[in-house]
Formats: sequence, C-alpha cells, structure tokens
Amino acid sequence: MMLDFSQVPGYGGLILTGLLWTILITCLAGAVSILLGVLAAVATLYGPRLVSLLLREVAFLFMATPLLLQLYLLYYGLSQVGILLPAFWTGVIGLGIHYAAYNADILGAALKAVDPGQAEAARSLGFARGATLLHFVIPQAMLSSLPQMGNNSIMLLKDTAVLSVLGIAELVLNAQRAISETYRPFEFYLVAAALYYIVNLAMELALKVASRRAEVVR
Amino acid sequence: MSTQRPMVELRNIRKSYGTLEVLKGIDLSVERGRIVSIIGPSGSGKSTLLRSVNMLEEVSAGEIWLDGTQVNQPLSGRAFERHINGIRQAMGMVFQQFNLFPHLTVHQNIMIGPMRLKGLSKDAARQRADELLAKVGLTGKGGSYPNRLSGGQKQRVAIARALAMQPKVMLFDEATSALDPELVDEVNLVMKQLAGEHMTMLIVTHEMRFAAEVSDHVLFMDGGVVVEQGTPDRVLANPTEDRTRAFLRKHLSN
Repeated sequence: MMLDFSQVPGYGGLILTGLLWTILITCLAGAVSILLGVLAAVATLYGPRLVSLLLREVAFLFMATPLLLQLYLLYYGLSQVGILLPAFWTGVIGLGIHYAAYNADILGAALKAVDPGQAEAARSLGFARGATLLHFVIPQAMLSSLPQMGNNSIMLLKDTAVLSVLGIAELVLNAQRAISETYRPFEFYLVAAALYYIVNLAMELALKVASRRAEVVR
Repeated sequence: MSTQRPMVELRNIRKSYGTLEVLKGIDLSVERGRIVSIIGPSGSGKSTLLRSVNMLEEVSAGEIWLDGTQVNQPLSGRAFERHINGIRQAMGMVFQQFNLFPHLTVHQNIMIGPMRLKGLSKDAARQRADELLAKVGLTGKGGSYPNRLSGGQKQRVAIARALAMQPKVMLFDEATSALDPELVDEVNLVMKQLAGEHMTMLIVTHEMRFAAEVSDHVLFMDGGVVVEQGTPDRVLANPTEDRTRAFLRKHLSN
C-alpha cells in the first residue's frame, strides 16, 4: 500500500474548518469546565453539608460513566422530554460538565492545600469570608493546580472527537466526510492526527510557560 | 488612674479546647500609645491570647474591647461578620510566618486592603504603599513577588500591609521567631520606629532584650494565667515569682 496525500489539499478547507470547530469547542468547553469546576469545588468544600454530599455524588457520577453516554443522555434523552439542545451546545455543555467534575476534584484538593495562614492574613485585614476565598484562596489554588487542570484541558481537546457522533462538524467528522468521497482513510486520519498533535504541542508549551510563571508567584 | 478609656481591654478572657483550658481568666488593659509585651514559655497561651484580640481565636468567655467598642459582641451570622470585619480593619496583625499573599506583588499585597475594604483609589493606595515601603526601608521593592524577598524583607512588607489599613492597634505574633538571627534586627528596628510614633502595640515575643527595650508593660504568662506583670524593669530585671525567674534564667542563658 502506498500513502497518497495528493487528494488532501483539495479538502484543505474542510479539514481546517473542522480544526477551527475543534479549537472553538475546546475553548468554550474548557471555560465551562473551569468555571463549573471552581464553583463545584467551592460549594463542596464550604457549602452546606447536604450540598456538599450531593455535589460529591454528582461529580462521581460524571467521572464514573462514559462521556459518550452522557452526551447521548443530554442529546437524545433530553429531546425525548421535549428539551432540544443544539448539537453544538450539547457538546460544549456535555464536555464542560464532564471535565468540570475532574477539575472540581483537583481544585478541591488544591483549595485544602492553601496555607491556612493566607485566609488568616486576609481575615485579619478585615476581608469577609467570601472575599477571602475570591481574592486569596481560590487564585492560589488555581495557580497550584494549573498543571493538572492544563492536562485536563488537553484531554478535553482530544475528547472533542467524540462529538462527531452528534454530527458536529469538528475535525474527525470532517475527515470522515473527506474520506467518504476519496476512500483515503489512512491519509485523512493521519492528517487529523497530526493536527491534534500540533494543537496539543501548542497547549503543552503554553501550559509550561504558564506553570513556570505560576511557580514564581508561589 | 486615667479617665481615658483604654485602647484595648480584655476582661476575664477564657478559652478552652474541649476540656483543655488554655486561657484561664486573663485581664489586660492597654492605654492608647502604649506597648505591651507578652512573654512566656511555648504553650503558655500567649499567642492564643493575642489571636483572641481580633478573634482569629474565639474565646469561651470574657469580654474584648477595642477603643470603647466590644469586639466579641453576641451578634449572629451576617451581623457579626460585618461587625468583626470592621473591627479587624482597625487592628493590624503581623504573623510569625509573614503570610504575605504569594500571588500578589509587594505593591498589591499592601494596596489590596485599602482599595477593596476602604475604597481608596488605585493612585491613593499606591501612594500610601510607596510611603510605607519607604518607611520600612523597602523603596523600589513594590514590583517584586514575596518569594523573591528575604524573611526580614517579607516581614517588613507584612508590617507595611497591616499599617496600610491605618489601624488603631498593631498585634505582633512572634514577628521575628521565624527569621534568621541576622535578619531580626531590621524587623525590630521597624517595630521600634512604630513605638516611637506612639502606635499602640501588643507584642508576643520571646526576645527578652527587645521586650525590655520597647515595652511600657510586660506580661509573663504560664499555663494560661498571667503570672506576673508590670514595667519591664519590674518583670524582667526584678521578677518576684519563681516561675518568672526560672523562665528568664533559661531564656537569658541561651
């Protein structure tokens, strides 16, 4: 068998469009996963006991079941009861919540690891409980968990491929479209893989730079 | 007796952890502009007492007063939170471990309180921070992050941070205990300077020489009670209690 990439340029627009959607979804779902992750971690740690127990259970559910199943539930399950989420937002929200569970886990540990002296110093200045969390404890926990949360974001990037089953025209689905017209699966999947790899490299690099900066301020 | 009300007053302060009573009824009155040092062996309750003043430790019984306002008012929830935050703004605290905010620059460490709690503009807060940095001998360090500073520098920033709130009282909880010996003086110097400006200060320390130099009044605590108190001359140079003598002998020999 000979690899023949001669057909790839003709589908360059399709592939790049797919890549852009993949990146867009990664950014949006990543933002959701961090925002929800922070909220969930804070509520789990400092909220009422019942809320805390409930959230822990919910987070475990999201970590203990397949992402694909969660997406089906969101998309097809909800449509059965009349809630029709567009595929794109199903993907963003589904991925976002799924990784929020992981981020909440990491952040919870990081919040607990912040030196209690930090909160004491803030409280002694006259900061309220909430403001102490917001301005001092949470930022420090986020900085210290940057490497792990960054890794989660990289996992999230790869998992956007799953969204092809919902018909979202991200990288994998668009590669499949090209393949269905050219019968060149090897070539197009390899191109897609290379693109994931490149985005991944860029994210790793950004993460490394950010982590080094974070190290300075710890 | 002075008719002026004291700046800080503690009345019969008690504190227990479960069945262990660590403060067994402490009374203390600090007049405006006075400097009181609290000395004693570790576990004597001296840090707990200091931390009770701004209620970082909740007391089990007794009254705490700051400049005519009761600190430990029996308020509930939100009302107490508002009350204590106001009180704490008027009391600066300096910790043994500095507790600077590592994610903020020196400037930001000093400015965040005045800006967020007192509504100072960024420029005004910045100006105040620079003045305080000059005062503690750290002009030009505003842009640094805390982990770029030595222990002595960190503690001086921590003092500046507390002063930026323009407190009525400064509480020092073993401010030099975590420092390398050669860095102790630079912090002591700043504290002496504050003393010269008649800042009301409560100092927990195990540096007898420093206590003798700056204090108007010395409290020797052991086992949760005040064993002996008076002028430094009285307590440090001519103690009458055996426990005080034993403590001082041990402390001055090493």
